Amino acid sequence: MALQAIAFYLLAFVTVAAGLLVVSAKNPVHSVLFLITAFFSAAGLFVLLGAEFLAMLLIVVYVGAVAVLFLFVVMMLDIDFEALRDGFAQYLPIGGLVAGVLTIEMIMVAVSVATNGKASANALPNASPGGFSNTEAIGRVLYTDYVFFFQAAGLVLLVAMIGAIVLTLRHKPGVKRQDIGKQVARTPKTGMELVQIKPGEGISE
Amino acid sequence: MTEINPLLWFGLTLGGILLVVIWVLLSLAFLLLADRKIWAGVQMRKGPNVVGPFGLLQSFADFGKFVLKEIIIPAGADKVIFLLAPLISLVLGFIGWAVVPFAPGWVVSNLNVGILYLLAMSSLGVYGIIMGGWASNSKYPFLGALRSAAQMVSYEVSIGLIIITVILLAGSMNLSTIVEHQAGWIWNWNVFGGGLKNIVLLPVMVIAMGMFYISALAETNRPPFDLPEAESELVAGYQVEYSSTPYLLFMVAEYSNIVLMCAMISVLFFGGWNPGFPIDFTAGWPPFLVNFLLALVFYAKIVFWFFMFAMAKAIVPRYRYDQLMRLGWKVFLPMSLVLVALVAGWRVFSPVAG
Repeated sequence: MALQAIAFYLLAFVTVAAGLLVVSAKNPVHSVLFLITAFFSAAGLFVLLGAEFLAMLLIVVYVGAVAVLFLFVVMMLDIDFEALRDGFAQYLPIGGLVAGVLTIEMIMVAVSVATNGKASANALPNASPGGFSNTEAIGRVLYTDYVFFFQAAGLVLLVAMIGAIVLTLRHKPGVKRQDIGKQVARTPKTGMELVQIKPGEGISE
Repeated sequence: MTEINPLLWFGLTLGGILLVVIWVLLSLAFLLLADRKIWAGVQMRKGPNVVGPFGLLQSFADFGKFVLKEIIIPAGADKVIFLLAPLISLVLGFIGWAVVPFAPGWVVSNLNVGILYLLAMSSLGVYGIIMGGWASNSKYPFLGALRSAAQMVSYEVSIGLIIITVILLAGSMNLSTIVEHQAGWIWNWNVFGGGLKNIVLLPVMVIAMGMFYISALAETNRPPFDLPEAESELVAGYQVEYSSTPYLLFMVAEYSNIVLMCAMISVLFFGGWNPGFPIDFTAGWPPFLVNFLLALVFYAKIVFWFFMFAMAKAIVPRYRYDQLMRLGWKVFLPMSLVLVALVAGWRVFSPVAG
């Protein structure tokens, strides 16, 4: 248990510290890298809870795909840091207010869950209910009780994807595109033409 | 697991990790040489043949040269990230070996979601490249890094979907269970559909295996998909500004990833440590000997697949970037989706249940 406690405090500290550095780092690329660190140590916390399936999904989806695209975009942006800092003092009070309200809410929820929620009944949430591994357990719930929500979430994502494609897809006239089928089907007959040129006349189109 | 002394467990795991790392490093030294020799052989050259007999010690000579040279950090580079990038690459290149089962029980960490872990670690590999490319503060490395990010994210999608077909066949994400599922005769291997009753799936799984092989080439930035380091366009891509030890770390990580992909193909489709015939006759043999022989079988499969990787490098011309994206998104993604649907359909509706 002592080993687990050490691992927990280490991971929790790294997560919180990385989260703080995300907002305080001067360079946006460093911010994204700290965000990735935070994701990664959060996945470590999932593993400590026994939810290894969620941990791996967190890494595959967020760290492996989403954060790469973040990094991709942030690296290509040319950001003027001075301009970003201009309104700092002006927006500080309202930002602090929102952060304060959120902090108080989080503390209240955490305290109430810990004292009279489900978590107090059994100290650790069961990661493998009914003897299944947690992958199977999630599958059994996701495709039975919550199948509607699951499919609806999938449809929402699909609509978003189609929307993005429709907004950006443009077929400009005059742009030459590669059609591999056409290329492969090309024969000498269709590809060239033999012309008899008489001297002094050239080729007329 | 609960009864074992934590200190003993720590020592045993540490020993296992050291053993695997040393094994991988030693193998890499000779596989790297094999790669160059095969490449040379295809082009009718001799390849490295000066250091040691047949050039066997060439990799060690290269190692000494890399380590003894000066580390040059370009002015204007982000120093910390510049040096962190090859380290991250190296760690990610080796961390995946933790879940690879070499023989029954011979695995550092028998994770329940081992296959997802491997997918996660190979998807993280892109960070080393993209960080190195950005931190170099130079145009060619940056272009190489951007290309590589797009390429690796694209091909992960099809790798993930193809892995799902194997998970559906084996009914588990544990790599040891997947290998045990393919025990016995050769037709129990997943590439043949995983058992005689599933022989209908043979064409599906052969296509899946081929697509996995090609996607693995793209995922590890091997030719014909080595666009991040295309020397005719980008000099050396993200590696332009790297020299000496950091470059060595990048190269070792790259080859470790390649060999890991070879191991993955062997485990997922070609039965891992199973030799392709029942091994009941070894019942009376000492278990260590049996395990050692099975590990050799697995090793032979890895070397075979590395040979295939090397041949692809020697024979196939490089893809153009738009063709690479087209292949990933317009060919492999729909095809692997169809494969998943076919395998899932067979598993649910097949007349021979199970």
